[in-house]
Amino acid sequence: MGSSYDIAAKQIKPESGSAVPVVAVENLQKSFGSQKVLNGINLSVSRGETLAVLGRSGTGKSVLLRMIIGLEHPDSGSVRIDGQDIAELALDRMGEIRRKMGFLFQHAALYDSLTISENVAFPLAHHRREMSKTARADRAKELLDEVGLKGGFEKMPSDISGGMQKRVGLARALALEPEILLLDEPTAGLDPISSGEINELILKLQREHQMASIVVTHDLHSARTIADRLTILNEGNVVIEGTFEDLQQSDIQFVKDFLQQS
Amino acid sequence: MNEHAYTTIPGIKPPLQRRKAVNYSSASSTAIGVFTGFFEWFGSLGIFSWQVLRAALTPPFEWRELIRQLDEVGSKSFPLVALAGAAIGVVISLEARYSLGRFGAKSLFPATLVYSVVQVMGPIITGLVVSGRVGAGIGAELASMKVTEQIDAIEASAINPYRLLVATRILACILMLPLLTLAADACGLMTGWFAQNLVDPLSFHQFIESGFKGATFNAFLPPTFKTAVYGLIIGLIACFQGMRTRGGAAGVGRAATNSVVLGSLFIILADVVLVKFILVVFP
Repeated sequence: MGSSYDIAAKQIKPESGSAVPVVAVENLQKSFGSQKVLNGINLSVSRGETLAVLGRSGTGKSVLLRMIIGLEHPDSGSVRIDGQDIAELALDRMGEIRRKMGFLFQHAALYDSLTISENVAFPLAHHRREMSKTARADRAKELLDEVGLKGGFEKMPSDISGGMQKRVGLARALALEPEILLLDEPTAGLDPISSGEINELILKLQREHQMASIVVTHDLHSARTIADRLTILNEGNVVIEGTFEDLQQSDIQFVKDFLQQS
Repeated sequence: MNEHAYTTIPGIKPPLQRRKAVNYSSASSTAIGVFTGFFEWFGSLGIFSWQVLRAALTPPFEWRELIRQLDEVGSKSFPLVALAGAAIGVVISLEARYSLGRFGAKSLFPATLVYSVVQVMGPIITGLVVSGRVGAGIGAELASMKVTEQIDAIEASAINPYRLLVATRILACILMLPLLTLAADACGLMTGWFAQNLVDPLSFHQFIESGFKGATFNAFLPPTFKTAVYGLIIGLIACFQGMRTRGGAAGVGRAATNSVVLGSLFIILADVVLVKFILVVFP
């Protein structure tokens, strides 16, 4: 309510049938004080599929992602990972679920007291305790190599560029070989060439690892490049969901404006 | 329009409601805000403490981080604590010599110095110095990690930040404070004796023998080990302030300041209770 746009929300229900979606969000609602951020969101992602979540700033895209990994708790509705409602899970079981997920933060959120290599090895040090320090360092180098970083592994995060920080963040997100990859604004603040490289990298990782991915972005070009499906949020609601062609053919004014301005 | 346009008679106050209505309303809402804020803070601290306790008692234990924190809190605070202890020893020595001399009780100097340093000044000075150095450090470090989403990143990696960051820091403070207090006491006694020895020669052996004559463990161990409570206060308050930080650089600054101010205040308040407790339990 209150929008000048005719929001004929085409919200989809999580897929029913034989294939259980890896991530299923049902009727998710979240408010901060009097501000309603999410107003009944439904979406689902299956293995090997990439969903891009688009929308204006402040429409709750990042909050949605944080709720999927359990960093925020919904007021109502549910987030199901592999069919399990994460709100019902005990802390240790939630840990097991989180180990299946990799999260790239908008500003990479690298540990500033650790080197690049140590940042990537950090999840391994805590969840692969049987690995020796050398084995962890070798694995970190492999992961950094996979995201296109060839050297400078002993540099501190403050000594590298934003694009490189995103790559390191991505390598860290991949350290535990996740089944689900959550990317918050992977190309935000990057120049077009770096954005293109990150998009290529995400596509390559998708092809190689077949993860279920959710990408929150403002960048329509990036979303079109890396996602199988796109969903647009406005004022806490899903305005439309479908392929890029579905969005192009939409007669919803907000969608038309969004595509035109992007 | 003039709101005080009603007639006033000299010496007679205007009607109360009209006179102060707005100010009272604002003052009462401020008072209610402070009151609820006070209880909210303690409530949040209680929930935080429960989360830390639960995390600390369930494996896996973060031994490596604990050792790193023991070094951070203990070894790196040692020079500062030793210096503060040494300074306090000299001050007490100078004051005691003057005061005892006035009453002709110079022979009591060693015992006065030992009791003053070990029972009173050593523990509290150590607590306050560590609160300043370690409390501010922990508060600022965790606050900075919080605002840059590093703590979220730890949680997203399925690592419990209460276990990794908070429990280890609090435990390090609890374990190191008594040891640092012993160091402060030792430095205080050494410099106190040295200052006395310059004016009125007294062998160190005589000083120690006379100072600790008739002393029991009850006289020295409880005051030293009560600083474990100071450690708990320093670690808990600093971690709590750091972990609940919001906002950017200003939030980090506030967390560091509050960690030191509240930590120091609670140490002094706790000392009141602990001194009475020790006097009752270890007479």
